[in-house]
Amino acid sequence: MTENNLSKSARLGDLIWRENLPGGAHWSGVIRRGTVLRIMDVEGGANVSMLMNNIEVKNERYNMPDTLKAQKTAFLTTPNMCFSDMGRVMCSIIGDSCGWHDTIGGISNARMVEKKFGVKTYQEAHNDYYKSGFDSLINELEKWGLGVSDIMPNINWFSKVRVEESGAMTFVEGNSKAGDTVDLRFEMDCIVSLATAQHPLDPNTAYDPKPIELSVFKAMPVENDDPCRLHRAENERAYYNTKVYYGENPNG
Amino acid sequence: MANVMQTETFDDSRIVYREVVEAGKPWMHEVKAGQFFRIVDLEGNQAVDTLFYNAKDHSERYSAADTIREQGNIYLTTGSVLQSNFINPMLTIVDDTCGRHDTIGGACSAESNTVRYAIEKRHMHSCRDSFLMALNTCDCHADHPMTKGDLASNINFFMNVPVSPDGHLDFDDGISAPGRYVEMQAHMDVLVLVSNCPQLNNPCNGYNPTPVEMVIWE
Repeated sequence: MTENNLSKSARLGDLIWRENLPGGAHWSGVIRRGTVLRIMDVEGGANVSMLMNNIEVKNERYNMPDTLKAQKTAFLTTPNMCFSDMGRVMCSIIGDSCGWHDTIGGISNARMVEKKFGVKTYQEAHNDYYKSGFDSLINELEKWGLGVSDIMPNINWFSKVRVEESGAMTFVEGNSKAGDTVDLRFEMDCIVSLATAQHPLDPNTAYDPKPIELSVFKAMPVENDDPCRLHRAENERAYYNTKVYYGENPNG
Repeated sequence: MANVMQTETFDDSRIVYREVVEAGKPWMHEVKAGQFFRIVDLEGNQAVDTLFYNAKDHSERYSAADTIREQGNIYLTTGSVLQSNFINPMLTIVDDTCGRHDTIGGACSAESNTVRYAIEKRHMHSCRDSFLMALNTCDCHADHPMTKGDLASNINFFMNVPVSPDGHLDFDDGISAPGRYVEMQAHMDVLVLVSNCPQLNNPCNGYNPTPVEMVIWE
């Protein structure tokens, strides 16, 4: 799709900042309302486990069930919105070259990493030591006064988990290619916590987490005909609730 | 879906607790390690939103994501081990006459009702209201106060939330019936938090919330 064919509100404004994150790393920061976070899978095969909390009311957090139920989907792509547990929109997926992002597979933990890959400590491997998604997210959440209780079902950008009729879960390899991006327009000032540990269902027996690139752009104004808002009546009502939360005319 | 109807295994004389919970009511109670806990869907088609906590350390609690990943399947039934966020087995489902139970559909709240149905439905009673009422009135956790932040993704016993291989998710009519039950055995002392779902806007409980019975025995 060329830039001109994109709806106005899916276009990106000026670049604000850009940063690289290696595989097996963790990061957190505030992503402001009115900006777009672009996550790029630099080499292909990345997994980015993400949690979001409202910076003002931290116990408002990304809610997997509400996000899936409202949009009748078991995975995320554009034009889905990511809902909080308070009936509001945290971010809208305005661009996606990958097509399927998992939000039911959860994150890895230390026991799982040790069983699958063995142990590699900082003492022997320095920053290449083996880290789990759970421990990585704890390291970031604690910086904001959050903790273990805030590790909720998360998003795993770039990973695909298929659910068979029987309910059996299958990790689909090769879902994301080098250079794939997902563009998240934030509708709420959020603490975003990320871990680039491998997906817990990834059958790869080698510890081989992939690097990503984060870029934040200014967002274009959200139009009344924005595809994420129009996707379902539920999305528009969540957007309405978000405008009310920020003291704006919800019909304006 | 197999229509699993198993023979009752328990003996009335070993029952230590029994209570009918009306539709829309919260319920919070401890189940000791080794004890059995049965939820009976008395009239059928009810959804029982349930959370479990380690009774001695509430930061350890039921984790939907860890449970489905450890068993490689999104549905819960006989044999499912309900895992904590620290990947410890909390309870195992030992008998199930319903067939399967949901754990990715979450619980309703006043706020999610505005999104899913209509802004005007905010005033309707919801599971989160029931959960919060229990957290603030049950003396079973007085030594460790609990808050909204303790509400994680729950189990919906008797609820049918099918997912298709192309990624479609829906709420369907229940697959439960009057008298069907799910029974589990606790591996640790667990605090059970339940909202007997009051939802009137979707088929999770047939648009007609009904009572359930809680039975604990040794």
